[in-house]
Amino acid sequence: MESSTITVNGEATEVTDVAAHTTTLDWLRSRGLTGAKEGCAEGECGACSVLVARPGADTPTEWVAVNACLVPVAALDGQELVTSEGLGSCDSLHPVQREMAVRGGSQCGYCTPGFVCSMAAEYYRPGRVSAGAAPSTDGNGNGSAGDHEHGANGFDLHALSGNLCRCTGYRPIKDAADALGAPAAGDTFAARTSAPPPAAVATVLSVDGAEFRRPTDLAEALDLLAENPEAQVVAGCTDFGVEVNIRGVRAPYVVAVDRLPELREFSFGDDEVVLGAGLTLSEIERLLEGRVPLLAEMFPQFASRLIRNGATIGGNLGTGSPIGDTPPALLALDASLVLSSPRGDRVVPLADYFTGYRTTLKEPGELIRAVRFPLPLSPVTAFHKIAKRRFDDISSVAVGFALDVIDGSVIRARIGLGGVAATPLRASATEAALVGRPWTEQTVREAAAVMAGEGTPMDDHRASASYRSAMLGQSLLRLYAAHRQEAIA
Amino acid sequence: MIGEPLPHESASLHVTGEALYTDDLVFRTKDVLHAWPVQSPHTHARITALDVAPAYAVPGVVRVLTADDVPGVNDAGVKHDEPLFPSEAMFHGHALCWVLGETLEAARLGALAVAVDYEPLPSLVSVRDAIDADSFQGATPHLARGDAEGAFATAEHVFSGEFEFAGQEHFYLETHVSLALVDEGGQVFVQSSTQHPSETQEIVAHVLGVPSHEVTVQCLRMGGAFGGKEMQPHGFAAIAALGARLTGRPVRLRLNRTQDMTMTGKRHGFHSSWRVGFDSAGRIVALDATLTADGGWSLDLSEPVLARAMCHIDNAYWIPNLRVDGRIAKTHKTSQTAFRGFGGPQGMLVIEDILGRCAPMLGVDASELRHRNFYEPGQDTPYGQEVRHAERLEACWSQVLANGDVARRQAEIEQFNASHPDARRGLALTPVKFGISFNLTAFNQAGALVHVYKDGSVLINHGGTEMGQGLHTKMLQVAATTLGVPLSRVRLAPTRTDKVPNTSATAASSGADLNGAAIKNACEQIKARLAEVESDGLTWEELVHKAYFQRVQLWAAGFYKTEGLHWDAAAMRGTPFKYFAYGVAAAEVEVNGFDGSYTLRRVDIVHDVGDSLSPLIDIGQIEGGFVQGAGWLTLEDLRWDESDGPNRGRLATQAASTYKLPSFSEMPEVLNVKLLEKAHEDGAVYGSKAVGEPPLMLAFSVREALRQAAAAFGPAGTSVELASPATPEAVYWALESARSSLPADPASGPARDVARDSALAELGGV
Repeated sequence: MESSTITVNGEATEVTDVAAHTTTLDWLRSRGLTGAKEGCAEGECGACSVLVARPGADTPTEWVAVNACLVPVAALDGQELVTSEGLGSCDSLHPVQREMAVRGGSQCGYCTPGFVCSMAAEYYRPGRVSAGAAPSTDGNGNGSAGDHEHGANGFDLHALSGNLCRCTGYRPIKDAADALGAPAAGDTFAARTSAPPPAAVATVLSVDGAEFRRPTDLAEALDLLAENPEAQVVAGCTDFGVEVNIRGVRAPYVVAVDRLPELREFSFGDDEVVLGAGLTLSEIERLLEGRVPLLAEMFPQFASRLIRNGATIGGNLGTGSPIGDTPPALLALDASLVLSSPRGDRVVPLADYFTGYRTTLKEPGELIRAVRFPLPLSPVTAFHKIAKRRFDDISSVAVGFALDVIDGSVIRARIGLGGVAATPLRASATEAALVGRPWTEQTVREAAAVMAGEGTPMDDHRASASYRSAMLGQSLLRLYAAHRQEAIA
Repeated sequence: MIGEPLPHESASLHVTGEALYTDDLVFRTKDVLHAWPVQSPHTHARITALDVAPAYAVPGVVRVLTADDVPGVNDAGVKHDEPLFPSEAMFHGHALCWVLGETLEAARLGALAVAVDYEPLPSLVSVRDAIDADSFQGATPHLARGDAEGAFATAEHVFSGEFEFAGQEHFYLETHVSLALVDEGGQVFVQSSTQHPSETQEIVAHVLGVPSHEVTVQCLRMGGAFGGKEMQPHGFAAIAALGARLTGRPVRLRLNRTQDMTMTGKRHGFHSSWRVGFDSAGRIVALDATLTADGGWSLDLSEPVLARAMCHIDNAYWIPNLRVDGRIAKTHKTSQTAFRGFGGPQGMLVIEDILGRCAPMLGVDASELRHRNFYEPGQDTPYGQEVRHAERLEACWSQVLANGDVARRQAEIEQFNASHPDARRGLALTPVKFGISFNLTAFNQAGALVHVYKDGSVLINHGGTEMGQGLHTKMLQVAATTLGVPLSRVRLAPTRTDKVPNTSATAASSGADLNGAAIKNACEQIKARLAEVESDGLTWEELVHKAYFQRVQLWAAGFYKTEGLHWDAAAMRGTPFKYFAYGVAAAEVEVNGFDGSYTLRRVDIVHDVGDSLSPLIDIGQIEGGFVQGAGWLTLEDLRWDESDGPNRGRLATQAASTYKLPSFSEMPEVLNVKLLEKAHEDGAVYGSKAVGEPPLMLAFSVREALRQAAAAFGPAGTSVELASPATPEAVYWALESARSSLPADPASGPARDVARDSALAELGGV
């Protein structure tokens, strides 16, 4: 085993006595940093939230909050990490800690260090404080400006969408968030953002027959995969981390690909958008800046900010899950995948990629390098996610729409579905029922009846099969209600 | 200091992560062993063989604990129906034995290696399974007043129906955890996340077969509890203690979330069947109901939970003729237990559901129907207790109407509903009346220990535990106020059974009432002794110093018992409660007609906490309780596999990814909470009232608003049945049912007439 070092709360700390699967949370707690807690061990509650320094979009470095329960400590080799203990102390509370404390933001206190870290990441987000905006609240959580999800101080409530509190009912936590000003001059965490981020470090952690590898480039990654066809490929570990924690999966060989430069490509050209598979959902959201409305509608509904900060678009497709949130949207965008192997690249339409329940065309040794979709975009788009909870839930049904309605007629229709079959799929029959028809209530009602018959939905704890089917039909009616005017346009 | 809005006494420790919870002690303890259970993959099965030898072949496995290791009683409960190491698996996930390892990983792998032979047996999973099989356990109480049959015979309207509703997972963020060490002479010290250290101590002692004085239990603080740590921690503490005794090493037993959800009890789901009669003015004249609590595999606290449910089926309403039968189903599920409200919410949900369903059929606005049936001063409950301060219901109600600008908003909602084809809004007001005190009179006692040191600093200790409810903050305020010293002079030490013995659970919202009075009593004793010392011009510190040298006892043990309580559990009659807590909430929702999803637009609450000991804490309890109640009623969806497949009886929602609690998206967009003013409560500590549980039930307003919004998709006067929890799917089916009552629309989707017809048949107006 080669040595790994992580800078924790400003101190270089050697990583010793860990297994290849040891999570960052367990490692921190074993070192006496017990502020971060395990509440669920699957990235749903945020009690383990910590800050890591990452390359930023607007500043060289950004503080990003992630779930320490999902990230193997080996994946943070060479990185900088801050916990609630590092943000401040009882004698010298960080501004976020102070607001949380005085406003009654903690009751039992168990979720609190995680909330503090998630809130601190948003506190330091470049561009959060818009010019002239002042923190404002009437003491009942009823901010006088902004909407319910955005404070007058620019605080985006979605920053806390991955943190659960069972005691407070959230109002005092929102008050604390809305009361935050801008970081003071001389704030060391703010200052850190203008220096370069920690570089990705090639890592080999080999313990008791299990190995964690972070290669330096795509060629090395493909070599490792060729040598170890059974290797577990990970990026943000938001899926695999759950397997490790909840189902006791112990992969003998893990290859981390999220920092490979070849997987971090981004381009928005004249006729195509290219998204590197190793970009996180949060990074893509920032890079696209709303230029793809269908995706912009999806991002806030995709898990939580904490998960989006780790989860990559390649990972969401790599698992082959039938209920991932990106596939319905990407199917509607007519996306393709670039798969890399030592033999070179091949391009596969996403519509052909899924072959069965959690199986895909991707062969052993192949990596998803990028996701591409063509421009121009269809003008009528929507992403509908049906779930029990609006923030951070898994969809029972998800639908992505992209329709070209010209002169009152449907010229082209692409509809991606999730949650209604063993794979994500295109609603081909519904598309056929729309294309070439006038964009009218009658067309839509007839097509909605067809759409309600798409897929083979199941009964489970998330929803009944009959509700899932009903939601497919209703989804098209809802799209029409929002885009009725295109009938006249 | 009393009445000052102070932050939680540990707030700075919370936000910095420095606050210590039981599992944080592991890092600070040497040579700790870790425990992992072997859980049954069958819902009901006899254990025909248990071979632990293979576990010992796993590196790092130190010991496997089985029934043979128990020196005392193999039981984890107070009813002697909960074997700690069972010979029969009674639910899916039942822990059969425990493996201790040098690491958690070693213990986990050891548990996987244990070989168990099962003989699967038939299982009862749903409460209906149990009713059909006549599978019940424990008492079958009966509550009656007046002549229900006679009243039905002359009632203007009689309706009947059934209503089955789900329980709730506590989902305290901190799962169950115990850390046990052996002191000299074999004495055991258990640090446990427990609401009831004394009972944890008793169970540990009876499992070990030692007297209680050989066992000390300490609770630093809990990361939430909500009733889930009243009874459930005992067995886990006993396993850790047994392991520590047998190995001589500290043993940590911490459940991960899956284990916690699959092994520990939850709020009871109930089945209810009812018949209700109204007079021509819409006043309830009679109620006949059978409540069946789904108790799970053992009794645990199901009997008192059922009793409280029956004592709250009246909620805030005068029901002159009433007959309620209660029973506890025995099912092959986790043993359901205490959860904030302790049956009260379940009893009240039944009457609120009845009123919500019947109002349209009576042609009366649901809020008006509720208001019309309020208790009036001088009336008494079906079990014979005077409803003192019933006028506070009216006060809360009228203040909510005013604060919430309800009349204007009702008009706006009508306009909105008329102009939005695909969305409907609804606004509902619901009241809460909740009895405070343990039903069992003996539990209404508490002790405290107050030390004044020679330097004037004060250390207090009491029998209550801190789970986030702010009890310790209030207790510091009580001590400082009573002694007349600044808050900074008082410190509070963790709850320990060797400081204050024979304590009651911190439960029934009674923590501040009971322990506050005990602390006040101790402080008053010290004050009385200090009054004997000449104190002219002396500071507190000088006075204390002088008193010491005059050999004045500077510490005192305080005690309190609630006076005036009596309860005949067999007859279900008496005065079980010291007082009632009151509140009213108005909730406005908007429902999306495409998918049944909804938002909580605004909530106005007026709640009676007496003279608040600590307003910031109390408002936090009201808001948190309200949101937790809304979670139970709308979002949190416990699903057991009720199929006949291989996973029958398995909890399908056993993780945070499948069991969703309220997050920021469920927080009301506008939330106005006011404490009822001039609400002094005579005979309670500093005139205050309990606040832990009652606000949870303010959330009925959300459910009823959803019902009204769903009904508004149909013609006026539509009665809507709404499943509980009212998830978006449940609301969708409710609104579809209402929508299908509209005049035929050839373009509308599949007809739901069948469901509606059966609903109406069930409600069947007589």
